[in-house]
Amino acid sequence: MPNIEEFIGDIFSEIGEAPDLLLQYLHAIQHEYSHVPEEAIQLLSERLKTPPMKINAVIDFYSFLHRTARGEYDIRFSDNITDRMLGNQLLFKSLCKKLGVEPDVPRADGKVTVSLTSCTGICDQGPAMLVNGLVVSKLTEKRIHKMVGRIEAGIPVANWPKSLFVVKDNIRRKDKLLNDDIIKGSAIGALAATGGEVMLERLENSGLRGRGGAGFGSGLKWRLCRETEADKHYVVCNADEGEPGTFKDRVLLNSYADELFEGMTVAAGIVGAKKGLLYLRREYLYMREALEKTLQERREAKLLGKKILGHKGFNFDIEIHMGAGAYICGEESALIESLEGKRGIPRDRPPFPVTCGYKNKPTALNNVETFVAAAKIAVFGADWYHSVGTSQSSGTKLLSISGDCERPGIYEYPFGVTIRQILVDCGASDTQAVQVSGAAGSTIPPQEFYRKIAFEDVSSGGSFMIFNQQRDLLKMVLNFARFFTHESCGFCTPCRVGGRLLNDLVEKVMVGYATRYDLKEMERIGQVMKKTAHCGLGSTAPNPILDTLAKFPGIYATRLHNTSHTPAFDMTKALDVSRLLTGREDEGAYVERTDEY
Amino acid sequence: MNTENTFRLDGKDIPFKKGDTIMDAALRAGEYIPHLCHNPEFKPHGSCRLCVVDVNGRHQASCTLPAEAGMEVDNSSDAIRQRRELLLQMLFVEGNHTCPACEKSGACQLQAVAYYIGMLSPHLTHFFPKRSIDASHPDIVFYHNRCILCGLCVRASEQVDRKSVFAISGRGIDSKLVFNSPDGKLGGSELEFTDKAVEVCPVGAIMPKHLGYETPVGQRLYDTKPISVVGDVAAHSKPEKPFISDKSHE
Repeated sequence: MPNIEEFIGDIFSEIGEAPDLLLQYLHAIQHEYSHVPEEAIQLLSERLKTPPMKINAVIDFYSFLHRTARGEYDIRFSDNITDRMLGNQLLFKSLCKKLGVEPDVPRADGKVTVSLTSCTGICDQGPAMLVNGLVVSKLTEKRIHKMVGRIEAGIPVANWPKSLFVVKDNIRRKDKLLNDDIIKGSAIGALAATGGEVMLERLENSGLRGRGGAGFGSGLKWRLCRETEADKHYVVCNADEGEPGTFKDRVLLNSYADELFEGMTVAAGIVGAKKGLLYLRREYLYMREALEKTLQERREAKLLGKKILGHKGFNFDIEIHMGAGAYICGEESALIESLEGKRGIPRDRPPFPVTCGYKNKPTALNNVETFVAAAKIAVFGADWYHSVGTSQSSGTKLLSISGDCERPGIYEYPFGVTIRQILVDCGASDTQAVQVSGAAGSTIPPQEFYRKIAFEDVSSGGSFMIFNQQRDLLKMVLNFARFFTHESCGFCTPCRVGGRLLNDLVEKVMVGYATRYDLKEMERIGQVMKKTAHCGLGSTAPNPILDTLAKFPGIYATRLHNTSHTPAFDMTKALDVSRLLTGREDEGAYVERTDEY
Repeated sequence: MNTENTFRLDGKDIPFKKGDTIMDAALRAGEYIPHLCHNPEFKPHGSCRLCVVDVNGRHQASCTLPAEAGMEVDNSSDAIRQRRELLLQMLFVEGNHTCPACEKSGACQLQAVAYYIGMLSPHLTHFFPKRSIDASHPDIVFYHNRCILCGLCVRASEQVDRKSVFAISGRGIDSKLVFNSPDGKLGGSELEFTDKAVEVCPVGAIMPKHLGYETPVGQRLYDTKPISVVGDVAAHSKPEKPFISDKSHE
């Protein structure tokens, strides 16, 4: 391994020296050394004039940054409910057993660490894992077995068979956005021909709304950004696709990167930005090289850089910034904090990023899909786009479909498509529920399958997870409750504490100790989170619980204790330590055995 | 009254200046909105959420919400009271707050707000987290058990003391206060007893050494009047010079 001081020196000369690049330095160091060594923290502290405490606070916030070495093989199993449905738990246990490791604990020889991680966005070809940042999809016992052999033989991941690391696009249905190709540079050319104001009107007339889920008018957003006076403006693309079950941005980044960068460049021309940033989630690190290559090709083709397409004064370039494993950074103001090298704590709003965003400058921040759509609208016009969709939701939406169906993958539909139609198209049968828009979304029962995907009906950021009648829906609820407990930033009381309380109550239901009273408590805590949380994560975190309590009461009722109250206190658990001390494992040492779940 | 620069708080007209939040204007008008992480001397934080009010049907934190003319603000309905009670209960079960055994009792803002709201018990399941006590500093003890992560010491140390002794680290329920010192212990930090960061703590997390139960029961900050009349802990903090130990800083 290279000398740390030299390594840091190299990163500084490569990407520059500024406190707001802290997260980028930490990412690079983590990737090289499988952790951020104490020596690196001291060196960064000296050069950035930041106390080690603050660097540690950043490291301890992000799931992919560590202060102890994870070893030569850093393995993380994706633990979304869709991975679980495909059997990731058995494979995880099997790998741990074969390697002789405990989850999250580096093996004694320092060679390997195995952990679970939040959804990695490979739900259409799971169960999935990340090995040193590379995706292994479609895991099987056989793949695990061979992997153990390679690890024990010390074969570097770079020399593992390439076939292991294949991630398919799985595009099953194309519509306007994926079908109608544009020639490289044509959207920028269109902007140059019309000028910013006309292009802005075109976007406004198209009715394009933010595809991340919130649905704010993109034209209006860019207009507000353009009209906010400042010495600098920025364009930021949110590629922190962390919503469980969503993987459409993965496909766009893989196969439509040119369109994405074209859209960002059009936005830059409109709002007057010289610099753009792509915030790429750490789970998608494996795509970075190709994305950098696309950016370089565009620079060479004069589509990025100085005097774009020969237009004097049109200067714009794009940098890729890596995330480091934090779902909250998908929230726009947390994403900006993260871009500035800090912990991803959502800011107070107002002011909104559009007037006061990255480095407190007006920032046009949009989802990957929004920029791709904007590039095409720039070329084909507003009518092309809003000729499909509904009156309030024009155009199309990419859905990431996973779970119980024959053909999981990417489906592009005009807005207004019914859930029933989607289920037919992807080959789902005997469906018990669909979780639309991820863990933070809504749980849709069969009697509501007539409903439409649209901002005014069932709104979706792109996730569409299907559960058939054989599934235990409470496992989904528990998976999401754990997810939110893990991903809460911890800033506000209701999300930090309420999330954990909800998680514990769902576990209580799962083991059959809960009563009606506990269900009422879940409802009460959920409502307070919804109403009082600081940001969208906290206010949507109770959704799966509140939705299933209302629409799937059976998954709770069948497990309830038939009393008005049972204590949360678990005597058996409380006696864990004394059993350990006395070495007793006989039946008499237990008050009551609880089933594992 | 000129309605162009007033809003209504529980039916009363409250005047405000440009740039005021609901909390700023209410405090100036002598109206109490329960809060823990807010201190008018610092930039609002908005993390405890206790100051939540209902504005035109939406719950908002009054410490961060800019006042606007004609707003109808509900600060006292039963729904708001119940939400605040649950938020308080969350704070109580998250840490280890044993009021009867705590020296801060009677002068603790968390306890005083709980009395004001009418919280009778923590109600929720206690987490009973295993948290440590840092007694490495010659004049100050830090009780992680009582810290509510309000971030006031972080802000005071950064903005007033210019030392950045504190930061919040970690994520979610594992968030914790950390100290800027070589070994991570408070003793090695630049914190001094007279620092602003020491006096702003609304709970018994940052406590003086060498002084104990100085104020008799009956004369403590909130013994005779409620917090709505008395105001914040920080507004009354006049740290007495502690007994200086042999090991004290130079």
